[in-house]
Amino acid sequence: MLAFVLRRLAQALFVIAAMLVIVFFGVNVVGDPIYMLISPEMDQAQIAETARALGLDRPIWEQFLIFLKNAVQGDLGRSFVHGESAIKLILHRMPATLELAFVALFMAILIGLPLGLYAGLKPESRTSRAIMAISILGFSLPTFWVGLMLILTFAVGLGWLPATGRGPTVSILGIETSLLSLKGWQHVALPALNLALLKISLVIRLARAGAREAALMDYVKFARAKGLSQRRIIGVHILKNIMIPIVTVLGLEFGSLVAFSVVTETIFAWPGMGRLLLEAITRLDRPVIVAYVMVVVVLFVTINLLVDLIYSALDPRVRLTEATS
Amino acid sequence: MAPVLEVANLKTHFFTRAGTVKSVDGVSFHVERGEVLGLVGESGSGKSVTGFSVMGLIDPPGRIVEGSIKLNGKELVGLDEDGFRKVRGREVAMIFQDPMMTLNPVLRIDTQMIEAVTAHDKVSHKAARERARDALAKVGIPSPEERLNAYPHQFSGGMRQRVAIAIALLHRPPLIICDEPTTALDVTIQSQILAEMQSLCAETGTALVWITHDLGVVAGLADRIAVMYAGRIVETGAVDPVLDMPLHPYTSGLLGSLPAEGEPGAPLRQIRGSTPSLARLPQGCAFAPRCDHAQADCLALAPAVTSFPGARGVRCHHPLNLAGVAA
Amino acid sequence: MSEAALPAATAAPPPAEAKEETPFRRFVRSFFEDRLATFGLCLFALIVLLALAAPLIAPQNPYDLASVDVMDSRLPPGDVAAEGFTMWLGSDGVGRDLLSGILYGLRISLMVGAFSGILAAGLGTAIGLIAAYTGGRTENAIMRIVDLQLSLPSVLVALILVAGLGKGVDKIIIALVMVQWAYYARTVRGSALVERRKEYVEAAQSLGLSHARTVFRHILPNCLAPVIVIVTVQTAHAISLEATLSFLGVGLPQTEPSLGVLIANGFQYMLSGKYWISVFPGFALLMTIVSINLVGDRLRDVLNPRLEK
Repeated sequence: MLAFVLRRLAQALFVIAAMLVIVFFGVNVVGDPIYMLISPEMDQAQIAETARALGLDRPIWEQFLIFLKNAVQGDLGRSFVHGESAIKLILHRMPATLELAFVALFMAILIGLPLGLYAGLKPESRTSRAIMAISILGFSLPTFWVGLMLILTFAVGLGWLPATGRGPTVSILGIETSLLSLKGWQHVALPALNLALLKISLVIRLARAGAREAALMDYVKFARAKGLSQRRIIGVHILKNIMIPIVTVLGLEFGSLVAFSVVTETIFAWPGMGRLLLEAITRLDRPVIVAYVMVVVVLFVTINLLVDLIYSALDPRVRLTEATS
Repeated sequence: MAPVLEVANLKTHFFTRAGTVKSVDGVSFHVERGEVLGLVGESGSGKSVTGFSVMGLIDPPGRIVEGSIKLNGKELVGLDEDGFRKVRGREVAMIFQDPMMTLNPVLRIDTQMIEAVTAHDKVSHKAARERARDALAKVGIPSPEERLNAYPHQFSGGMRQRVAIAIALLHRPPLIICDEPTTALDVTIQSQILAEMQSLCAETGTALVWITHDLGVVAGLADRIAVMYAGRIVETGAVDPVLDMPLHPYTSGLLGSLPAEGEPGAPLRQIRGSTPSLARLPQGCAFAPRCDHAQADCLALAPAVTSFPGARGVRCHHPLNLAGVAA
Repeated sequence: MSEAALPAATAAPPPAEAKEETPFRRFVRSFFEDRLATFGLCLFALIVLLALAAPLIAPQNPYDLASVDVMDSRLPPGDVAAEGFTMWLGSDGVGRDLLSGILYGLRISLMVGAFSGILAAGLGTAIGLIAAYTGGRTENAIMRIVDLQLSLPSVLVALILVAGLGKGVDKIIIALVMVQWAYYARTVRGSALVERRKEYVEAAQSLGLSHARTVFRHILPNCLAPVIVIVTVQTAHAISLEATLSFLGVGLPQTEPSLGVLIANGFQYMLSGKYWISVFPGFALLMTIVSINLVGDRLRDVLNPRLEK
């Protein structure tokens, strides 16, 4: 088990290092970074001055070494707009985004799993067909369009939920969260649902396929032969088997939730790092963009690692093969 | 005393797009207390469907369309899902063919055993676990306490089947239906499990319906035998007379296809043709197209059951070995 | 049956119907067997037609500032404009007729989607073929890049790219091509690897045909089916992605008002109940994407040999 963890850890570090290289050279090759770092009002002398101050007049490999040295120390530059450390800015906004993504993730499971189970266990029923139609639609609708419709329906039309912003936050164990008040939940409901929609469709498909497969297995028939209730068979025997692929896929999709939150956060004015990225892009705030990419990459890699570990915890067969190999 | 199981004119049909498959079409038999009934037939003869019908485990498109299943005098046909649930595991248990598939791979053995106990008895988790451990010990699993914490994949096929047997025995049901439980196992393990099943049932007074295609297994295990063909029982009786002097040409054919003892090198006979499609059975006797003794009336009219002394019955117009029965 | 015309000695001739059923005809027939797909194709054809005919049928030219009256701004659907025509879908924030705006916007959205789809298909197919045909290190390097890119969400990659490239139709198309090429490369390489092992490629090589000829005349045609499927799905994806980027304000500029730009413009009025400015362009976008996806789903079913019996 330890060797397994160490091997995955080494892989993770390699991916992060590779992304550092790609991001640095990518941003420097795509455009002249100096023009992303200066404000349009600056004249030539000021531009040259800024370039010198930032070390942009040096050869690119030298810049890369400086960038690398700083990156290792957790410094990815200062935001041109805010004047603060870019990485600090991102990390400051990250809890809001993670909160949104987590709520979306749970929504995806809470809504998608029962619907998918139903569709899988009663494939011929009309409700099941309706569920599948919704999931197909969920895959083709653009996220931002669904967001608009949610606002129009629930905020403008019905007036049930607020359309923008995040509820009041409190700090619990050093984590800022808005989920401890009703107001917080009211604010997070629509954006989280918006973000969750694609994943709900995904969970429905996975759960349906898994339930259809599991329902035919002998162990389900044997469980019935033992006199277990339908609830226990579905809730324990079938669910535990289909949870493995669902948790794996959803875990891996968490990164994409964070990425898609750029869209959702913008629509719902959610003060997360996605919105920060968008501001950075429109204002050409390169250090923030780089910092965002690196934070997301680290997040991706960490998630992959965690999913692998959870997967091995959920599926005893995996644990065995890892132990013997 | 009333028989443990009394099945009368059971008809279980499957309504598929290709037509109605009459998997079980008018089956009647009974099982006495503590008795072992061998239900023999080729694959597709309806023997497993008969077993699942008794358990109430027929799923759509299948349905019991007619007949009666009385367990300890209680009618099972027509029970709702919850009614059947209360019967399953407590009054009748079942052991399946493939031990690699019957245990849930992601749940520990203790989970799967304890839930079987608490499904019927409101006992504490601890008491249920103790019963599970004792059951494992009884079926010959070494260090049962530790093995309770294991997952199914940590057991061999034979051990898994023992676990399944232990689960079936948890509530000491008066009847266990065994659907070819030794077919998927090695021959040496097979005989071990057979011997243990026999002694366990003798000890607890449990009756068995042993579903198999293997007459050799039945010969050593069963008290009585029922031979199924194309959804019907074609011959029934005590095991020795049936095997020594089969009345039905099909039983005779099955026996002929076994390697004969003491006659090495003798060519094996086989029954020509193959089992008919249950969706389109021939008019008349279902076995007639394959039967060496078939005559004109066999093709025209389905035979009814003819009874003989010694609780023997046969579904044939022209039974063999009649002299032996009459004597 | 024209038995008289056949010499008596010949073996049974192939049935006449079999001759008429070319693979293409069979493909067309099985495509239209699905009612939903047929509907999707008709809807898409209608949308394309409307977009092409926009200058002829639109009540107003939204680019012609002289015809736009600020007094007409934010009129609800069905109101009559100052110039006397009815604005069936209402007007936007600066007084443009929304129906006209949508028709012209469709042109831009479809154009961006089609261009990026075709360019990405060409680029990705070429790279995939090169990877499959060269093998070894080149293949490894290419596939590593493909895997890395496909593991990142497309929205994120596109956002980062437009951050570097800036706004404009050409830049958005470049970004969309960069996002999409990897899908084609991976699929084409997969099919090409299968084809490469087949005997006819060996035969072609043993005849001394050039590499280019082997690849383009022999391997490529056999990889086309999956590429066609991906082109449809990815075009829908590209249209959706362009709309998303434009909505976020980092895609097309106001001078190229695609559906996404129109929706973004209407967003600010949405909270005050003036829903139509965003909703109608959104509906047009939705119809476009769904119709293409319906066609794509059916194409996948029809062209996927694994699903055939």
